[in-house]
Amino acid sequence: MTTRYFGEPIKRNEDRRLLTGQALFVDDVELPGLLHVALLRSQVAHARIKSIDVSAALARKGVVAVYTAEDLGAYWQPGPLLVPPPPIAGIVFNQRTQVPLAKDKVRHVGEPIAIVVAESRYIAEDALADIAVALEELPPVVDLEKALEKGGSLVHEDVRSNVSAHVRQAKGDYAKAAAKADRIIRRRFHYDHGMSSPMETRGVVAQWDARAGQLTIWDTTQAPVFVRNGLAAMLGLSERQVRVVAPFVGGGFGPKIMVFYPEEVLLPWIAIKLNRPVKWIEDRLEHFVATTHERGQIHDAEIALSRDGKIIGIKDVFLHDAGAYDPYGLTVPINSQCTLLGPYVVPNYDSTFTAVFTNKPIVSPYRGAGRQHGVFVIERLLDFAARELGIDRAEIRRRNLIPADAFPYNNEIIYQDFAPLEYDSGNYEPVLDKALAAIDYAHFVKHEQPKLRAQGRHVGIAVSCYVEGTGIGPYEGARVQVQANGKVSLATGIGTQGQGHFTSFAQIVADQLGVDVRDVDVVTGDTDQFYWGAGTFASRGAVVAGNAVNEASKVVREKILKQASEYFECAIEDLELGDGQASIVGVPGKSVRLGELATRANPMRGAVKPGTEPGLESTQYFGPPKGATANGVHAMVIEVDPDTLMLKILKYVVVHDCGTVINPLILAGQIHGGVAQGIGNAYYEELMFNEEGQLLNASLADYLLPTSLEVPRMQLDHTVTPSPLNPMGIKGAGEAGAIPVGPLFAQAIEDALGLAEKKVELCEIPLSPNKLWRLLSGTGG
Amino acid sequence: MKPAPFKYIAAESLAHALALKAEHGDEARFLAGGQSLVPTMNFRLAQPAVLIDINPLETLSSLSRVNGHALRIGALTRYRMLERDASIAETMPLIAEALPHIAHPQIRNRGTIGGNLSHADPASELPAIVVALEGRLRAQSARGERWIAASDFFQGPLTTALAVDEMLTDVELPVQPVRSGSCFMEVARRKGDFALLGIAVVVTVDEEGVCTRVRAALCGGGETPVDVSEAAAVLIGRKETAIADATEAVRQAIDPSGNMHADPEYQRHLAGVLAKRALATAMERARHG
Amino acid sequence: MDEDLHDLVVTVNGNSYARRVESRLLLSDFLRHELRLAGTHVGCEHGVCGACTVQLDGVPVRSCLLFAVQMNGKSITTVEGLAPAADRLHVLQEAMHAHHGLQCGYCTPGILMTMSAFLEDCPDPDEEQVREALSGNLCRCTGYQHIVDAVLTAAARLKETPV
Repeated sequence: MTTRYFGEPIKRNEDRRLLTGQALFVDDVELPGLLHVALLRSQVAHARIKSIDVSAALARKGVVAVYTAEDLGAYWQPGPLLVPPPPIAGIVFNQRTQVPLAKDKVRHVGEPIAIVVAESRYIAEDALADIAVALEELPPVVDLEKALEKGGSLVHEDVRSNVSAHVRQAKGDYAKAAAKADRIIRRRFHYDHGMSSPMETRGVVAQWDARAGQLTIWDTTQAPVFVRNGLAAMLGLSERQVRVVAPFVGGGFGPKIMVFYPEEVLLPWIAIKLNRPVKWIEDRLEHFVATTHERGQIHDAEIALSRDGKIIGIKDVFLHDAGAYDPYGLTVPINSQCTLLGPYVVPNYDSTFTAVFTNKPIVSPYRGAGRQHGVFVIERLLDFAARELGIDRAEIRRRNLIPADAFPYNNEIIYQDFAPLEYDSGNYEPVLDKALAAIDYAHFVKHEQPKLRAQGRHVGIAVSCYVEGTGIGPYEGARVQVQANGKVSLATGIGTQGQGHFTSFAQIVADQLGVDVRDVDVVTGDTDQFYWGAGTFASRGAVVAGNAVNEASKVVREKILKQASEYFECAIEDLELGDGQASIVGVPGKSVRLGELATRANPMRGAVKPGTEPGLESTQYFGPPKGATANGVHAMVIEVDPDTLMLKILKYVVVHDCGTVINPLILAGQIHGGVAQGIGNAYYEELMFNEEGQLLNASLADYLLPTSLEVPRMQLDHTVTPSPLNPMGIKGAGEAGAIPVGPLFAQAIEDALGLAEKKVELCEIPLSPNKLWRLLSGTGG
Repeated sequence: MKPAPFKYIAAESLAHALALKAEHGDEARFLAGGQSLVPTMNFRLAQPAVLIDINPLETLSSLSRVNGHALRIGALTRYRMLERDASIAETMPLIAEALPHIAHPQIRNRGTIGGNLSHADPASELPAIVVALEGRLRAQSARGERWIAASDFFQGPLTTALAVDEMLTDVELPVQPVRSGSCFMEVARRKGDFALLGIAVVVTVDEEGVCTRVRAALCGGGETPVDVSEAAAVLIGRKETAIADATEAVRQAIDPSGNMHADPEYQRHLAGVLAKRALATAMERARHG
Repeated sequence: MDEDLHDLVVTVNGNSYARRVESRLLLSDFLRHELRLAGTHVGCEHGVCGACTVQLDGVPVRSCLLFAVQMNGKSITTVEGLAPAADRLHVLQEAMHAHHGLQCGYCTPGILMTMSAFLEDCPDPDEEQVREALSGNLCRCTGYQHIVDAVLTAAARLKETPV
């Protein structure tokens, strides 16, 4: 079977609608009689609710209803635990999940207290000021270490501490091995990741058709199937009665897969109660406190090495900010714990974390999902080790890389998919080599840098490595069907937030069935079109759904060939597919269009043989036993103005291995976007909470997203080490660009400013000119 | 975030606008470019009961030479016009140099110089330039008009000398003497963001290149634009070698407030860095300009 | 307080619309929900992200910082009016498609309305100028590189065959 599309930089099927402003996003949904919703959110981080008086709001012209927790009755319940604690011995986990509206207590700024339904969003916001809430403020839990002190304020009184979880994982015997080390290096690291800030905030529209008994929900969610199942159960409806549509979604990056947000639970209930459609669109100000973050960890880490820089072991104890509730279980800190090991041989590892409840918004995965934190720790420890041992930074990494013949490589500890962390395949040294060559590392360090330094220019170079677990289960499915008009329809349960599924999946189908990629019509994120699935997260769309698409396409291909062989009364081996037809090889004119075969497969008379199905259609599922491991190396050259401490990226290189590549154009876009977010995380974006748990920079004017002037042109390259875990050999790529950027900045800035000689070390992310100033002037940090 | 309700009135003339402001006082705000006002209304931090739209008053957008020695700019003149006007590039190089640092093109297409000066954000570029150039500002009301010196106009963060019934209608900026050079520089987290610190400098020299006059003002260095001309005056009667002394004097003369992106001492440090660079550049331009 | 309503006649993409609107109705909401031209997107309502950019008398502006009532007698172009015909795309739209300059597409209309005007103002830009012109539009998906490529390609094509 010749591949015409797979691996090619095919332009996207979905572009035209997006470019002409014709694509449907949730706020574009207009319905007759639509009502609008605004939520009254707590302005304080921690308080007991004494009373809520909504009477003035109800009296306002244009307000239709106002609800509090009490009005929800038995419908009010804490949300489900999305990811139970993994099967790790001795684990402590205190499940406390978020509620639709605060009852008794508010636990973070932004937590909803009441919901107003009105004729317009403008009036609904007017009515918020009418609601009188009496709160008894409590001391807020903000600092992670103070949160664990005895006798302090408790986010959840019934937990009797602020511990959300405590987990220890180990392999080998660190204590014993470290005793024989030539060098042990210990540091404390602070890593804060920030928030996803997609250009489209969240939104929900709910419409209840009482006569049809049908509930339709448009939701910016990354997990429409899960939302459908959960809401049906909560509302006492059958799943068949609920349709969840995630239409075009303006960026997801993780927080849109958190369920259930209060608004997702409230809007359908209101739509049914009032028998009118309702819409809630999150505004940007709300987004800062109403959508999940991925924030900070404090690591006390040590690395034990031999004098030639080989890692003997690593020990790490860290605190993780969970936020006010922990519905997403331990995914983020487990990822930190596992991803810390990187592409390196770490024979002994002892990692313990405590996830801490705080009076801040919930923490759930955001592009990288905790991997950044772990990668920062190991990459920085290796940098400090290199310095102390007198070994080049790239060289110390090379010496510790897992060799190419060691795969599958079992790191033993448990990963976010509950399986032991086993790297399926990889060949790390060529990736490092390519990156070093692309950034011209040796030449820069030996010649360029000294020359530029002599001119008074403060330039620095850095390299960082990472491994990323991707493509985890449980499964996804796809249905492929040839239509009577010869076009092919594909439906899958995951949603799309810009990753190009409408094209990459179409490429797979088009190659299998021999049709034009533009003739494959793809539907994602509509539970009426496809019933089963988990969602778009953890860099798994291409791997898991992509493979399901491939399996379904293969079955349809066989059906086509069988139909065609009956049509021509020839052997299947004599047939080929191409140009939307089945043809007898070498016999011109002997072709039949797929549409005609589809019609023949769905007769109006006669009989369909028992054991067969009408049409040319197949639904298949794919569930990988464990995740596929991608890896990469980033390298960067920067220049720092030593007086202003302003920074400019002169060169940025990414070499990446995500196995078999479906569409290199789409892949490049994913890498660029990930790096841009990584740059934001490393140097621009910082969630500034004060001691009261107030977010001080809750606006895009002060939470600084990188613009076209902060993100450089990048040079990309890749290697291909296919995954043995799926037939197409694909590994995930969505999060890769964002993962190793923090340590890259720290390393490069230290190099540019000669911080080693000044005895200044960069052990925190995000950095900024002001933070560098503090460290250099000794005024803090 | 949707704004609170207000009564909207499109001004039919300047007199009409001023009469409305006199009637409603603090309850009314003028709507010019809206690039500073409307965000605060969307956040509901500002909730004027009456919005007087002065955009129809086209005569308030103007650029004219006055007596050959000053440029008068109407308050409703948009940044976009300033960017594209040859006389600005020629006679007001400080403004021309600062414009690319002010927000972004879409904002500059709508925002006005009068709106910016009336808003008086301490980190804003134009107030510092107006102070550096020793401009004067015309305030008109139903009661009459008056000219306010730049040094008196900016009184605190977001606070000006305008009375509750007054509108800023013009700003007049003296054209710099011959053998002058100017320089505007700023440090911001991202281009277009509010300055962590910025400086506007004009240096005048004699035929020998000795400094005869220096004007300098900072944005972001305090609660209003900070006039540091007296400190920089260390340069007068001397040449480039005195820049280090002038810089140190500027550093000592200020009391920066700091903000979430910059500690006060970092701002003080930046003031020194920019003073040194801007004074050197301005002096160089003065000698060769 | 009773609603403060005003009559307004505005031209959008060459079509004239007469409406009665509340004074505080933002132009972005008016275009999207009153005129059902939902191509213009809302990202922040504080004038920072640029997703809501439209052209007012040909000049790119933030529609979230304008009230609909101010548009009486004015002419606006939104992304729905950018393509020269129903079956043809603007050179910039084509270039964005060719270079994969959009992923989720949410910021895209604002970028198209900003950069199409920029190309008329500055027909032969270099990369630095393109990035400066683009800096008032935030994109969270693409990292900007393919957008910059698209604008440079569009500039080159427009030079060959001016529209």
